[in-house]
Amino acid sequence: MAAMSGQGGRGQEIPILAPGHDAATITDKISAIVLTRPTSRGWYLGTAIGLLLVALLLTSVTWLFLRGLGIWGINNQVAWGFAIINFVWWIGIGHAGTLISAILLLLKQHWRTSINRFAEAMTLFAVVCAGIFPVIHLGRPWLAYWLFPYPNPMGLWPQFRSPLVWDVFAVTTYATVSLLFWYVGLVPDLATLRDRSIGKIRRAVYALLSLGWRGSTDHWDRYETAYLLLAGLATPLVISVHSVIAFDFAVSILPGWHTTIFPPYFVAGAVFSGFAMVLTLAIPIRSIYALEDFITLRHIDNMAKVMLATGLIVAYGYLIETFMAWFGSNQFEEFLIRNRMTGPYAPAYWSLILCNVGVTQLLWFPSVRRNVRLLFAIALVVNIGMWLERFVIVVISLHRDFLPSSWKMYSPTFWDWATYLGTIGLFVTLLFLFIRFLPVISIFEMRALARPARQADAASTRELET
Amino acid sequence: MSSAGPQPTSRLYGMMAELQNAEDLLRAVRAARAAGFVQIEAYTPHPVEEISHELGHKSHLPAIVLVGGALGALTGFALQYYASVVAYPIRVAGKPAASWPAFVVVAFELTILFAALAAVFGMFVLNGLPQPYHPVFNVPIFELASRNRFFLLLRSKDPHFDPVTTRRFLQEQTSLQVADVPF
Repeated sequence: MAAMSGQGGRGQEIPILAPGHDAATITDKISAIVLTRPTSRGWYLGTAIGLLLVALLLTSVTWLFLRGLGIWGINNQVAWGFAIINFVWWIGIGHAGTLISAILLLLKQHWRTSINRFAEAMTLFAVVCAGIFPVIHLGRPWLAYWLFPYPNPMGLWPQFRSPLVWDVFAVTTYATVSLLFWYVGLVPDLATLRDRSIGKIRRAVYALLSLGWRGSTDHWDRYETAYLLLAGLATPLVISVHSVIAFDFAVSILPGWHTTIFPPYFVAGAVFSGFAMVLTLAIPIRSIYALEDFITLRHIDNMAKVMLATGLIVAYGYLIETFMAWFGSNQFEEFLIRNRMTGPYAPAYWSLILCNVGVTQLLWFPSVRRNVRLLFAIALVVNIGMWLERFVIVVISLHRDFLPSSWKMYSPTFWDWATYLGTIGLFVTLLFLFIRFLPVISIFEMRALARPARQADAASTRELET
Repeated sequence: MSSAGPQPTSRLYGMMAELQNAEDLLRAVRAARAAGFVQIEAYTPHPVEEISHELGHKSHLPAIVLVGGALGALTGFALQYYASVVAYPIRVAGKPAASWPAFVVVAFELTILFAALAAVFGMFVLNGLPQPYHPVFNVPIFELASRNRFFLLLRSKDPHFDPVTTRRFLQEQTSLQVADVPF
């Protein structure tokens, strides 16, 4: 990746681990965040805000269950609305975590080590938020188990030719595998926390969670095999998940949805938004917890490059959609694009283009990629842009389809926004709890990275890259 | 166990030497093998490939994962075939009930799911985890095994094990501590 940067000589490359660290300092510094650092007022404040929004989520969902889907802005024409927009948005965010932990591991990108743990946590929490939406959108959510195949007295089975059923399998598999991957990665670090913690209860809890891990070479050997195999399995899985979500749209015949470019363009968009979210989280975490030695500007720079690359793929997707509408000379497709650009929701479309295509171009400049404040702002803009993209895809295609007699406008209600904000609160709460009780950076992988022989090895791969 | 062995040996799991780094541990493992020890355990704060090589582990894990994945694929196709052909056939656009290309996605997801479960639980089971008690945790300095220290452990069940000579051998390997590992 560094090959694209064209920045200066290899001597100036920022290291992935600040000099002067060894296994002992790394272990002490990262475990201290959990074990000895006093809980800051900011943490309480952040968790309190998160919990407040969780309360809003619970209220909205309760009200929804009491009153039904009518409290949302959806109608007969725009039947999908916020629930599906938010579902796709959250799932997409999760994808960067799997990309970092699995694909970059297979590609031997050593810089992933200090960001994979919290990126995986982000994946897990994003999937939790995503999973809520399709279920509460069911109308009769208490019958959600009907989605799964099981022998029942009604003699009914799911329709396995439907992408919506594929989705159930893809998302539940993704959630399970993400959880396993994250937990397996945590086990040796939980053992480290067990050995470092002083309180009896704390020690017992970490001991229980670490399953009695003791780091014998036997253990490590199988552990590394399992981890590598999991990475190999998670890689095609993550690509399949967003492809299947794209099928939910592409397999229908609706203008704007029925295109073959959807699966790859959805996967790229997922990675794009996911990296934006990783940056949104990494930039404050590294400065609040003084982790600049471990999450260096090189990581920030690399993530910005991935964002630029995937952003360009997404831009290509927008271009092809427009081109195909003209080239395909299908009047409904043509109308859809015209309606997107000049119709009632045109501001959403042009904002999305500005956020995802316009602002992203700033990332060409190394000075922007290394300016953490500016990059944080860009990442936020991309998060918004990718949400707008799903809004444009879901709402604009649905609100005016083939028959003008069935056109209808869609506008979200208070409860739509409340549910959405509520899941953001859930995400924030889970993240704060994670930062407080588990190591945000993989300690054992950092120890391996700090090994003198390995550092030389990493330096040589760095040279190969440049 | 046998009456020939000295009394304290049966009360010991083994004897452990603390080492400074992976290279020292590798050297000590090689020395122990050269001295004729066969029941050797090594503990490291992070994976060290060379030591695994030296101790020559052979893992069945890849085979287990392969079986898991194959089972997942079979389950996926069998489940969908049963549901769509036997139990609840729905004719759509004149397509055959066993329209297998439509079944690929779910079969694929189940392949990944089963293989991943096999990888994780296979690893835990082969590693004997969860294991709440292990003699090595009786040694106070062993806490550093998850920080920056490396440990060589020679088991008492090794025919070559002798409390006096083994201790001397371990002391020759390290400038740090040597400790008994009681059961």
